[in-house]
Amino acid sequence: MRVLTYREAIREALKQELIRDKDVFLIGEDIGKYGGAYKVTKGLWEEFGEERVMNTPLAETGICGAALGAALAGLRPVAEIMYIDFSFLCMDQIFNQIAKIRYMSGGNAVVPLVIRTQMGKKGSGAAQHSQCLEAIYCHIPGIKVVTPSTPYDAKGLLITAIRENDPVVFIETSSLYSTKGEVPEEPYTIPLGKAEVKREGSDITVVATSRCLIDSLNAAQDLEGDGISVEVIDPRTIKPLDEDTILDSVEKTHRLLIAHEACKSGGFGAEVAAVVSEKGLDNLDAPIMRVAAHDTPVPFAPKMEDFILPNKDDIVTGVRTLIKM
Amino acid sequence: MSIGRKDQARGIMNMIKDTIKLEMYKTMVRIREFEERAIVEYRKGNIPGFIHSSVGQEAIPSGVAPFVTKDDYFLCTHRGHGVVIAKGARTDLMMAELFGKEAGYCKGKGGSMHIAAFDMNIVGANGVVGANAPIASGVALACKRRKPGTVTICFLGDGATCTGSFHEGLVFAASFVLPVVFVISNNQFALSTSPSYHSKSIKNLSERAKGYGIQGITIDGNDAVAVGEAASAAIERAREGKGPTLIEGITYRMYGHHMGDPGTGYRTEEEVEDAKRKDPITLMCGRLTRENILSKEEDEKIRAEVTAEIDNAVLFALRSSEASPEEALKDVYYEK
Repeated sequence: MRVLTYREAIREALKQELIRDKDVFLIGEDIGKYGGAYKVTKGLWEEFGEERVMNTPLAETGICGAALGAALAGLRPVAEIMYIDFSFLCMDQIFNQIAKIRYMSGGNAVVPLVIRTQMGKKGSGAAQHSQCLEAIYCHIPGIKVVTPSTPYDAKGLLITAIRENDPVVFIETSSLYSTKGEVPEEPYTIPLGKAEVKREGSDITVVATSRCLIDSLNAAQDLEGDGISVEVIDPRTIKPLDEDTILDSVEKTHRLLIAHEACKSGGFGAEVAAVVSEKGLDNLDAPIMRVAAHDTPVPFAPKMEDFILPNKDDIVTGVRTLIKM
Repeated sequence: MSIGRKDQARGIMNMIKDTIKLEMYKTMVRIREFEERAIVEYRKGNIPGFIHSSVGQEAIPSGVAPFVTKDDYFLCTHRGHGVVIAKGARTDLMMAELFGKEAGYCKGKGGSMHIAAFDMNIVGANGVVGANAPIASGVALACKRRKPGTVTICFLGDGATCTGSFHEGLVFAASFVLPVVFVISNNQFALSTSPSYHSKSIKNLSERAKGYGIQGITIDGNDAVAVGEAASAAIERAREGKGPTLIEGITYRMYGHHMGDPGTGYRTEEEVEDAKRKDPITLMCGRLTRENILSKEEDEKIRAEVTAEIDNAVLFALRSSEASPEEALKDVYYEK
């Protein structure tokens, strides 16, 4: 099958949806002729024009508010917030407006809206350009949250998100933009709220998202040589969470490790741990472990940055610890 | 700051017809009656939560409304009952929403602060000051592409003009030449803080329009005809693709910020008494009488009709059933 990068897969999803539905349009900073800060929208402005690929002033609240208004009046906006760190600038629009207007209107408002953004390690991006903030989005009812980790998933999930009638926060991972994978040329969808077992195993379940999913697959490969069989699950959609796939896996393996690049405290991993504690505690033979970033802002200096962020070795070490218990 | 000479000429050409003046008056009376009755019902304990009364500010939505169609959009503030009524919403469904009843416009999930009627293009009230400005620009953006000639009216308070949301909303409207009219009801108070404090460096809030390179005008917001003249010119410009306008209507909030605020401590009794002498409904009634548009009998008839309408609205709300508590679990996401 044809191979694309994660970036190209996302671009192809945008392009195919722009072709399919004239109500779909992109809105964001520098997404026009410049092609986006991470070049995801490169070439789309030339192909679709500035009405469909709308370059905006530096105004995150303006972008999200305008996207919401446009959605309420019949369009299907795909907004881009350049860094998830900058989404703090438009929290009122996302959390108080976009997430709630359907509910507040008693179900009369329909909000077909996607907010694309990216998160994670940049390599000395420092504290305001490297955060992983997905857990914050999971906490607010009314929005769905997607965190693709492969090119295939990125394309299929984005097409689904654009066709949804609910707001979807689609969180890309900047360190994955150049990773490659097989991606079909034709448009396809992947249902939201459906996890995927990325690697089958029998000794331990690792639930991982975004970059840590890739690290977990590499860790599983290494551990296989030691006779440890690791099952790796990518939730893909972290809100709503596919609890069944995780619980079924834990029932089989009796051990659970959760890995994400975000800080540990109050992270998405805490929710997974809570779900398994509430609904699958009897199946556990060892405590649940979280491998996550230290609870600090992301430092600038490379060695400090590497120190606080989780990596493949941390996952390997964690799995070995749990296996011995 | 004032609108251009050409637009002034158009404003004169847009002389407000007698029938429209009468329509404005009737809307004002309906809003007043709704607001006063809502306060009565709130004090009886029939309306939970907060209500923010727009008594004293009726001329602004009533002056704008005759120049919009069903297809145009209205967005309003937490003090939004008047705007929703002016756009043509049913007062019985509104009152039921204030009561938190299932028959209300939002099934009792929004209440006074979030009342909306999407079937009438009333995007609705907003509990966050200033947040509706960028949303209005987005509605206008969609209209420009899908329904050319349609206009969006964003009603705001004076306090909203200090927010970042207001700024970004106006930047979008101006930069993309969007068909939207921002109408500020300057009721003299952002809760307790007056424009002379929060916007000390300017005389009129419409001066801010200059920074966006759009038209701005300040008018007497207690004079529905003056509102209508400014609004009709702005709406016409928007429909013609000439972009946004910022209108400021000077008015006065008769009651406190909400019904839990006595409205004292930050203003004098004399100030309130003075404002009452400029009551927009009294002014409009006097004007229509002088211009032989409204007789005493006709006025009594209008008031009787409105009283009956609001009586029915209250009765409807009282008799409506509450939604089951489990209804709270629905409408978080789209379900089909």
